[in-house]
Amino acid sequence: MDMIKVEDLSFEYIRRDENGDVESINKAIDNISLSVQKGEFIAILGANGSGKSTLAKHINAILYPTEGSIWVNGLNTKEEENVWEIRQTAGMVFQNPDNQIIATVVEEDVGFGPENMGIETEEIWKRVEESLKAVGMLEFRNLSPNKLSGGQKQRVAIAGIMAMKPECIVLDEPTAMLDPNGRKEVISTVRALNKKEKVTVLLITHHMDEVTYADKVIVMNRGKVVMQGTPREIFSHVDELKSFRLDVPQVTELAHELKKSGINLPMGILTVEEFIQSLTNV
Amino acid sequence: MQIIFDHINYVYNPGTAFERHAIKDINFTINKGEFIGLIGHTGSGKSTLIQHMNGLVKATSGHIYFNGEDIYEPKYSMKKLRSKVGLVFQYPEHQLFETTVFKDVMFGPTNLGLEKLVIEMRTYEALKMVGIGDDLLDASPFELSGGQKRRVAIAGVLAMKPEVLILDEPTAGLDPKGRDDILDQIALLHKESGITIILVTHSMEDVAKYADRLLVMNQGELVMSHTTKEVFSRYKELEDMQLAAPQVTYVMNALKEKGYAVPTDVTTIGEAQQEIVRLFGLTGKESTL
Repeated sequence: MDMIKVEDLSFEYIRRDENGDVESINKAIDNISLSVQKGEFIAILGANGSGKSTLAKHINAILYPTEGSIWVNGLNTKEEENVWEIRQTAGMVFQNPDNQIIATVVEEDVGFGPENMGIETEEIWKRVEESLKAVGMLEFRNLSPNKLSGGQKQRVAIAGIMAMKPECIVLDEPTAMLDPNGRKEVISTVRALNKKEKVTVLLITHHMDEVTYADKVIVMNRGKVVMQGTPREIFSHVDELKSFRLDVPQVTELAHELKKSGINLPMGILTVEEFIQSLTNV
Repeated sequence: MQIIFDHINYVYNPGTAFERHAIKDINFTINKGEFIGLIGHTGSGKSTLIQHMNGLVKATSGHIYFNGEDIYEPKYSMKKLRSKVGLVFQYPEHQLFETTVFKDVMFGPTNLGLEKLVIEMRTYEALKMVGIGDDLLDASPFELSGGQKRRVAIAGVLAMKPEVLILDEPTAGLDPKGRDDILDQIALLHKESGITIILVTHSMEDVAKYADRLLVMNQGELVMSHTTKEVFSRYKELEDMQLAAPQVTYVMNALKEKGYAVPTDVTTIGEAQQEIVRLFGLTGKESTL
């Protein structure tokens, strides 16, 4: 069953001058069709301005299509009465954890979402506990968020989304501001939610090594989907990715360069272990 | 010795319940023309440290010398210091405000009270240095791409002609190409003008590629100050400090453990490629070289 279905979606940012006359039209999304199955882990890659975030905002009904349609769990985002249900179905996590945390105590921050949904107090506390446990932050529940590291804050932000019991989370560059350890924490948390809680994940990132574990990678360029496939398929096309202003993990690039030097390595190596394995087999 | 930190301590909110010793007894020197990478986990004190360098934050105790002069001497001009030590904050594009790119970059040198012609020349030069073409000079800074905006913001600092340029996470949120473009431009600027660069980043791959020496902060203390290679060869210690080494360093270490004769202080893809090619040449395994 489709968690998300996008059909012929286009979106234009229209700029108007003081008189309300159209000054320029910028097509941020140009006729995209795709579908995401329930329980999938999807990574979206693309240069700045390629339309990734614009697409993400459509999934949460923050933006509406100029043309085409998008359904989240079968609900069309165009229909106004669906908006609240869609936002509870698809939660969003943004880049800067400091902009997403509002309460002075971790557990209150996590409870904010379900509280706004009008859920009973007892059930809120149950959800807060479950969500904090799912992201490995239960022992920090009584702390002030400003005592936490960047990775921990971002995990609290994810717990806040989880407490609303979404079926799908969209993460828009959640690790851009984090140190290496914080990045690892957030990515392994997201993977665990996907595997254990069966949450559908859409991860937008500029860090190629975070994509390795996705079921499918979608590459965007100038508002279009230009590549789709498993990480291994996608990272087998090093030169093509570079033409889209992207990159590959360091081991993938090293293997690619060594291949050019005549060492016979397979395409699309993704991890250090795979690289060592393949090299010892040569 | 261009910058000397001598027993620098900084305490936030001293004497209150919120007292926090942000940086502890920091000692180092930075020489003119060095390319320094400053790394450390979030909250390790990196940002507090760099704010001392141009006098935005005054140390609780200790001395800082810039070109031999103690910046905490009452007669020392902080204004002059700030024109010599340029600080580019995180997401500097949020500070763009003028109607055109050119006017925005002019703001800094104008405040230095220079002649109009000199201001315009500096502005033009600074924009060239960051690779902004003539076609964009009259554009609104808000119409540019993320990477371009950030370069305009850096030009605004360069137009002050600083001797030291400090960049706090200049590539956060940029796509890989945008990241390489900015760092290549900074490396070129460093090579051509001899300006001292201090790069604060969470990307181990970036400092490995560009920096000569790394300063490593951990929980407010300066724990390493060595060449890039030396620091990354101690990757296990880095991991304990929530950091890491570039992926290729792990590759070389894993190969070494398997019994291959490779050096373990490799930090860039180019070096790793060279070493592995050589390894295959020497061991005579299947190779078309």
